[in-house]
Amino acid sequence: MSDATSAGPRRVGGPAAARTSLLVADARTKRRNAAEARFRAYGVIAIAVAMLALFFLMFTILRDGSGAFWQTYVKIPVAIDAAVVDPKGNRDPSEMDDVLTMSYAGVLQDALARWTADNGVEIEGLKDSDYAGVFSNQARAQLRNMVLQNPELVDQTVEVPVLAASTIDGMFKGRVTEASAAIDKRTSVAQFQLANAMEEKGALATRFNWDFVTQPDASDNRAEAAGLGVAIIGSAYMMLIVLVLSLPIGVATSIYLEEFAPKNKLTDLIEVNISNLAAVPSIVFGILGLAAFINFMGLPRSAPIVGGLVLTLMTLPTIIISTRAALRAVPPSIRDAALGVGASKMQTVFHHVLPLAMPGILTGTIIGLAQALGETAPLLLIGMVAFVTEYPAAPPEGLFEPASALPVQVYNWTQRADSAFFERASGAIIVLLAFLFAMNLVAIILRRRFERRW
Amino acid sequence: MSPFWIMVTILVLAALGYVLGRRRAGSVAAGDIRGLHSRPTYYGWNVALFTALPSLLVLLMWVLAQPLVVDRAIGANIPESAVADAGARGRIMSEVQGTAISIGEAVNKGLLTEAEARSLTPDNTALLDRLADEDITLTPNPAVLEAAKDYRSINQNASRTLTGLSLLLALGGFGWAMARTRPDYRARNVVERFIRGFLILCSLIAIATTVGIVLSLVFESYNFFQLYPWQDFFFGTEWTPSFGGGSRLGMLPLLWGTLYISLIALLFSVPVGLFAAIYMSEYATPRVRGVVKPLIEILAGIPTIVYGLFALVTVGPLIRDWIAQPAGLGNSGSSVMTAGLVMGIMLIPFVSSLSDDIINAVPQSLRDGSLGLGSTPSETIRNVVLPAALPGIVGAVLLAASRAIGETMIVVLGAGAMAQTSLNPFEAMTTITVKIVGQLTGDNDFASPETLVAFALGLTLFVMTLALNVAALVIVRKYREQYE
Repeated sequence: MSDATSAGPRRVGGPAAARTSLLVADARTKRRNAAEARFRAYGVIAIAVAMLALFFLMFTILRDGSGAFWQTYVKIPVAIDAAVVDPKGNRDPSEMDDVLTMSYAGVLQDALARWTADNGVEIEGLKDSDYAGVFSNQARAQLRNMVLQNPELVDQTVEVPVLAASTIDGMFKGRVTEASAAIDKRTSVAQFQLANAMEEKGALATRFNWDFVTQPDASDNRAEAAGLGVAIIGSAYMMLIVLVLSLPIGVATSIYLEEFAPKNKLTDLIEVNISNLAAVPSIVFGILGLAAFINFMGLPRSAPIVGGLVLTLMTLPTIIISTRAALRAVPPSIRDAALGVGASKMQTVFHHVLPLAMPGILTGTIIGLAQALGETAPLLLIGMVAFVTEYPAAPPEGLFEPASALPVQVYNWTQRADSAFFERASGAIIVLLAFLFAMNLVAIILRRRFERRW
Repeated sequence: MSPFWIMVTILVLAALGYVLGRRRAGSVAAGDIRGLHSRPTYYGWNVALFTALPSLLVLLMWVLAQPLVVDRAIGANIPESAVADAGARGRIMSEVQGTAISIGEAVNKGLLTEAEARSLTPDNTALLDRLADEDITLTPNPAVLEAAKDYRSINQNASRTLTGLSLLLALGGFGWAMARTRPDYRARNVVERFIRGFLILCSLIAIATTVGIVLSLVFESYNFFQLYPWQDFFFGTEWTPSFGGGSRLGMLPLLWGTLYISLIALLFSVPVGLFAAIYMSEYATPRVRGVVKPLIEILAGIPTIVYGLFALVTVGPLIRDWIAQPAGLGNSGSSVMTAGLVMGIMLIPFVSSLSDDIINAVPQSLRDGSLGLGSTPSETIRNVVLPAALPGIVGAVLLAASRAIGETMIVVLGAGAMAQTSLNPFEAMTTITVKIVGQLTGDNDFASPETLVAFALGLTLFVMTLALNVAALVIVRKYREQYE
């Protein structure tokens, strides 16, 4: 553009640079405009890449995980044979307790064989093991508990839904096909056909699976029974500890640094420490937890108390940084007014500044908690990977009992052999993300409703 | 009384102290509180604090110190003949504690009287049989039984002394503070001094955390280097730990994997994040910005375990099936490329929000000057804004690098566990953080170098990230001062 008005000798020139109309762009202008368009395109591409990654991530998690909320159940008439479950014939639960869970597998297997015959299903090459393999290993225990609680059921025929095996469940979710059933040792083509026949006749049905959110974890060969109950409780306990410890400590630290601290070496040291702790890798906090809380102080492994303490230390910098910003946003005129009518410094801060900064502090705290909820690496080191199937007791004792945590449960399930656990892991992530979403929503609402601009 | 109930008692006393202190302030002012130095609540708080704080402090220190002192006293009393080797002493100590607890249970159930418990010997078979009937079996080892009785009586005495001492302190503090409640007593100043002390104490936790991290890393790393030469650790090129002994614990393959993955992550995230930030701060309309910025921040809020699973289940197989296998470069789902790409996605919001701040901090006058001279917006950005923002952007990249080096879950699930040094990004390699998790998960034996090496790795990681963070902070701070 400067070319059009310059009187001096041209530095850049060429045939096209000869004087033409201002309305027609010369080659150099075209080049510069093209460069401009390209530069803009890079920005758009960058944003598109980020958005694409986000949507692809969310899409795959939802696609893989939604199956975990649906579970296949077998519902056929089961004749409970007294000769098997109550050999002494007294209907005494304490005697029936001696019958092992394994025996009930036969009851289920016979029931399915009879069902197949009754319904006229004919499949070539169907073996006894194929019948047994339809049921989850959990199903026998389910049946046994039911009979022990209610001994009148013996010698009767009951029709209750029991869990199907994860391989059968996989057929409904497209994880297992006829081809893959032929290869897998645990399944066979005949069994696959049996399952299809059962579905046609309504003996196999899929329904919403609340147990996934409430039941404890299950062992390696019972993917269909594994749930998140213990993990959710463990995470809730840890969040409780983090909230109770980090909010007062974080607010106290921020008030001191923002309102009282003199400028000296000590406060400088504290400031440098806080900004560094915010950037220390999370796994280092796990090492600290292992060395300080478990080895030195002798707290129990796998317990929410240790996890809560470690996460508290990790969350503190986040809370301190946002609390200080909230305190700084309260205008000095408030402080001046309070001091002017004779309040002490302490009264000014606690009666006037702190209440005004509270929405900002709470927003920061919730965001800090959300970060802590998703943290995995430090918890691996303090033994939260342990296989826990017992619900911990209510606090305070429960804080010292073994528990799992939501993100660690995800990791745990990715390490299992059965591919059905991958679906569970993705499902657990959906639960985790739902919690995070809810927390962030609360934070946003708090900010919108109570934040004051001065 | 157990420490918990002592604490409850003290707190109840303190609450009582608050009420009584307040009332006393009212009565010494003879109904006219204008005669008091402070408002009556402060007198109440004053009494409560003097009641609770000293006794709770003593309680806390006592509870922490008691097991150490008692263990040492009992340990000294166990004859050397009963101890076979160094490890046996620890086992005997836990046997002593277990026996003492069993005796305590028996007394609680009324199976033993206190006098019988004190005169218990292994010869007294009648008594031991009676206990065994109730499922309480005591050790037949006379030395352990003797020590257990000592242990029990010491603990009983200690508990009695503690109860007396802390309650006495609480009552003393209560009486003293009540006696000082007079109209001219400056209760507010005293209470505020307590609060200030609490504030300072809380601030020191940040320092305590750092000290704790450094101490735990250095202490256990020192133990490790006693067992394994440091030259072999820092310069060894082979990582083959075996808990049976004869492990080779060279750090270099892990360091290589860490740096390679971080490099790929940065090569992906820095251009994307930087261009996204430039577009949003220089080109985007407020509406676009209002939609895109929160969406990018969602990426920052997703936990790393989610990225890890994404790498393991989706990205890994995708890269293997579409790129690595057709090109004949590898057959592994977990690879440097997988982990690097996914980590790159994780770092996009980090780079973009930091760069956004920095680009926005460049004064508008610089842009106006450049645009006024006729440059296009992109020329302004490239020749004016970015050079001005360069130190800050370098700082942001350093911070992102420190994040990448310390990231754990993505590499645990996405990079594999093979410690090898290769240039092929489609092969599985491993990182420092993966090996820390690997060596410290499960049961640990803190006497073996295979466990302790994790602390040396942690120290290396801590020093690396600390150096990057400090460098970044220094650069960013220096740059900020330039325009303020």
